[in-house]
Amino acid sequence: MVSNEPAVTPELVAEHGLTPDEYERIRKLIGREPTFTELGIFSAMWNEHCSYKSSKVHLRTLPTKASWVIQGPGENAGVIDIGDGLAVVFKMESHNHPSYIEPYQGAATGVGGILRDVFTMGARPIACLNALSFGAPDNPKTRHLVAGVVAGIGGYGNSFGVPTVGGEVRFHRRYDGNCLVNAMAVGIAEAGKIFYSAASGVGMPIVYLGSKTGRDGIHGASMASAEFGADAEEKRPTVQVGDPFSEKLLLEACLEIMEKGCVIAIQDMGAAGLTCSAVEMGAKGDLGVTLDLDSVPCRETGMSAYEMMLSESQERMLMVLRPEKEKEAEAIFRKWGLDFAIVGETTPTKRFIVRLGGAVMADLPIKELGDQAPVYDRPAAQAPKHPIFDAATLEAPIGIAEALEKLIGSPDLCSKRWVWQQYDHVILGNTVQRPGGDAAVVRINDGPKALALTADVTPRYCEADPFEGGKQAVAEAWRNLTATGARPLALTDNLNFGNPERPEIMGQLVGCIRGIGEACRVLDFPVVSGNVSLYNETNGRAILPTPTIGGVGLLDDFTKSITLGFKSEGEAILLVGETTGWLGQSLYLREVYGREEGAPPPVDLAAEKRHGDFVRGLIRDGLVTAVHDISDGGLLIALAEMAMASGIGAVLENPTNALAHGFWFGEDQARYVLTAGLSDRKRVLARAQEAGLPLRMIGTTGGHVLALANERPLAVTRLRDRFEAWLPDYMRGSER
Amino acid sequence: MKSAVLVFPGINRERDMARALTLVAGRAPTIVWHADSKLPTGTDLVVIPGGFSYGDYLRCGAIAARAPIMDAVRAFATEGGLVLAVCNGFQIACEAGLLPGVLMRNAQLRFICRDVYLRVERSDTPFTRGYNAGQVIRVPVAHGEGNYIADGETIARLEGEGRVVFRYSSPDGIVDPNWNHNGAMNAIAGIINERGNVLGMMPHPENHVEALMGCTDGRGLFAGLLDHFKRAA
Repeated sequence: MVSNEPAVTPELVAEHGLTPDEYERIRKLIGREPTFTELGIFSAMWNEHCSYKSSKVHLRTLPTKASWVIQGPGENAGVIDIGDGLAVVFKMESHNHPSYIEPYQGAATGVGGILRDVFTMGARPIACLNALSFGAPDNPKTRHLVAGVVAGIGGYGNSFGVPTVGGEVRFHRRYDGNCLVNAMAVGIAEAGKIFYSAASGVGMPIVYLGSKTGRDGIHGASMASAEFGADAEEKRPTVQVGDPFSEKLLLEACLEIMEKGCVIAIQDMGAAGLTCSAVEMGAKGDLGVTLDLDSVPCRETGMSAYEMMLSESQERMLMVLRPEKEKEAEAIFRKWGLDFAIVGETTPTKRFIVRLGGAVMADLPIKELGDQAPVYDRPAAQAPKHPIFDAATLEAPIGIAEALEKLIGSPDLCSKRWVWQQYDHVILGNTVQRPGGDAAVVRINDGPKALALTADVTPRYCEADPFEGGKQAVAEAWRNLTATGARPLALTDNLNFGNPERPEIMGQLVGCIRGIGEACRVLDFPVVSGNVSLYNETNGRAILPTPTIGGVGLLDDFTKSITLGFKSEGEAILLVGETTGWLGQSLYLREVYGREEGAPPPVDLAAEKRHGDFVRGLIRDGLVTAVHDISDGGLLIALAEMAMASGIGAVLENPTNALAHGFWFGEDQARYVLTAGLSDRKRVLARAQEAGLPLRMIGTTGGHVLALANERPLAVTRLRDRFEAWLPDYMRGSER
Repeated sequence: MKSAVLVFPGINRERDMARALTLVAGRAPTIVWHADSKLPTGTDLVVIPGGFSYGDYLRCGAIAARAPIMDAVRAFATEGGLVLAVCNGFQIACEAGLLPGVLMRNAQLRFICRDVYLRVERSDTPFTRGYNAGQVIRVPVAHGEGNYIADGETIARLEGEGRVVFRYSSPDGIVDPNWNHNGAMNAIAGIINERGNVLGMMPHPENHVEALMGCTDGRGLFAGLLDHFKRAA
């Protein structure tokens, strides 16, 4: 091999994020020193982001199968069968580090990447969601990050033309130096026409599709696999620049060539661009791949093999083409004004060969590039359990009304309207339930089926008890889907953690994965796709463990979906589930008393299943008029949200057997609030009794205030004002 | 009613528009590609839908206004053919000289997607005959550049000639800055040309034609157009 590339030195190896042991492994594997380009390829394939080397052994324990699962983890996205010959294709992925460095482009390309993952499989995207975690509001960078990330997500999704229908936004000091941007995309495909990445057939042309390759994003995946130091800002050049316009064209062109039967295999160029996509297609198909880089469409001249192989320029795809369809496929791409170039072919050799200017720049064993990546079972340390917080020890708690007003206007509980109004959530005309409810509901094609979609996690629970926190994230997603009337089908997980080389972080990761797995098994809610984002720390301080769960549920008839707002006056308000008044790790304790302590609420998965199935049955039989799950902030927050969504107030009964603040603000799990007309109320109560389920009446809807015994009445309009004010005021720089 | 929906690269609400036309007018439109130079024979209505034609690069609508199909659209409009231009379509129509004025960045410099209220100023146009004058309808907006601006003389002419057909208002029909989400001059949401056969509007009536979206106020526009052609026939 000839080249004028730099010599590979120990310093260069270290700069590529490879340890001396890993380098030794490379030398053994190929029987010589790698070239500079080869080193780049190895660093791209073996970094944490692409190889899952620290998480793989634990991810394997997750349940991924069910009769309705068509494709579990390992492809571009997960695929589930929803009947009528249709499949849902979905996945969530993080773009945390790029978004911190350059919030608009970082978030925008996060959306672009996940959309490509979905349409690569032959699905037309029908909805996006996102889960965002920002630093404390008083951190000087937070406002800038919120503004940029939200504008970037909107800028990409709005232009691409997919509705962004839901998600979550939180603030916590632990995300100060490392915000989280998790984007989820959901598409619909014909169940028999899913496209995969495994190449087949020797001598098949490999085609480069989409935008040109530039020098942007080189080492993006490696950057995402390292901690931040004080030099985070200097990493701006590793952030890619997105072009939603090109992506929209790429979508239409790809779906058209798929429809015309031109595609054997297809893979989007995401992290580590050309390298990852080419290796994956070959390795999965037990074939070699030869790439001729002279044919790669480039944005700039003089790009080296190293740069081309590591570029993360956006809106690109790699495809193995049916040779007889070349003319037809090319014409389609030309029509959409996109590049189409044959850049290589499949070979029988199982070698990955890269040529440029007549020289071989890399010649590597293709299977080993992926299969032989190091796998680490890193030491994990369990953090000590927190003691259970006794609500009775809270001396002279403030009034319930005062606490509610404080909580409803707090950063984590306030309305996120300022955010989702910047996302086009009505395009395509299928959004049955818009943002702001328990889950979004999106009609499929012309109906009557619809999907319920949600993204959830409670990081403070995961920090205090990773196992219970992992369970709770899944349970909450499952509950949110159930609360619309949907049958939860499957989930995608986006595991955001700190540096896995630290045992306490590994302890969080392992604990959360165990909890997620446990909940998935009991709730029959398999994991079909996901992403792991580690090294989310700055200057040695990790984020809160944040395993975001993106849940998908199915409604057979969208007209039967139910919303959380009170529907009319004089209806019974019913509480499903046990309320012990669990204040440990509650927002009440944090926002009112500044105390982040105690064990998080335990999750009784059997109760979750029982209560959820019961509620879904009531919705199906039309016995309830409104349903809301109870999560952050507890029962009174749920009731306030139901009132604010409708303008109708409620007269509420005080608990007889629990402390008032624990009853109203405790965060016990497996609970829902329902409303039912007076005639249906008895039937609901009878059903609960028959099923042996805890259900009690706690009040009646009506009036324009929330009325609690011994408390001043709270006008719904006043609550709504507080609920809506915080975020716009904060973004304007005038928060109270 | 035979309608043609134009598609430029980057247009993304053509499906919404086609669905609304099919549902309300009972006939699916023909989709016409930007590079074509002719409209289908017998076209009654040309629709320029919303989206981000050519990525909104240069200026919103500026590149699409110069696409081959637009010569045919201009000729069609000159002959009195009806043109409905929504959102990016409105921007394209302004850039193409079919309508006066320009759509600038929203006053608060952010993209906004929400339901707004429109006061229908006239019911005697082919586009608004499905409504009553003074009626208030609820439809969504989804745009970053919807802030209508024109010079004083143009605004005076538009107002003087009754060419403002939709205005942002409160649910009770009161025009007030609090209900003008993008800062448009005179709360202008939609205007017609001198001859009254080209309508440009920022909001999306095509997204409020089915009950599932929580409101069907947008149907009136399509039903009115259908009625117009039925009477003409």
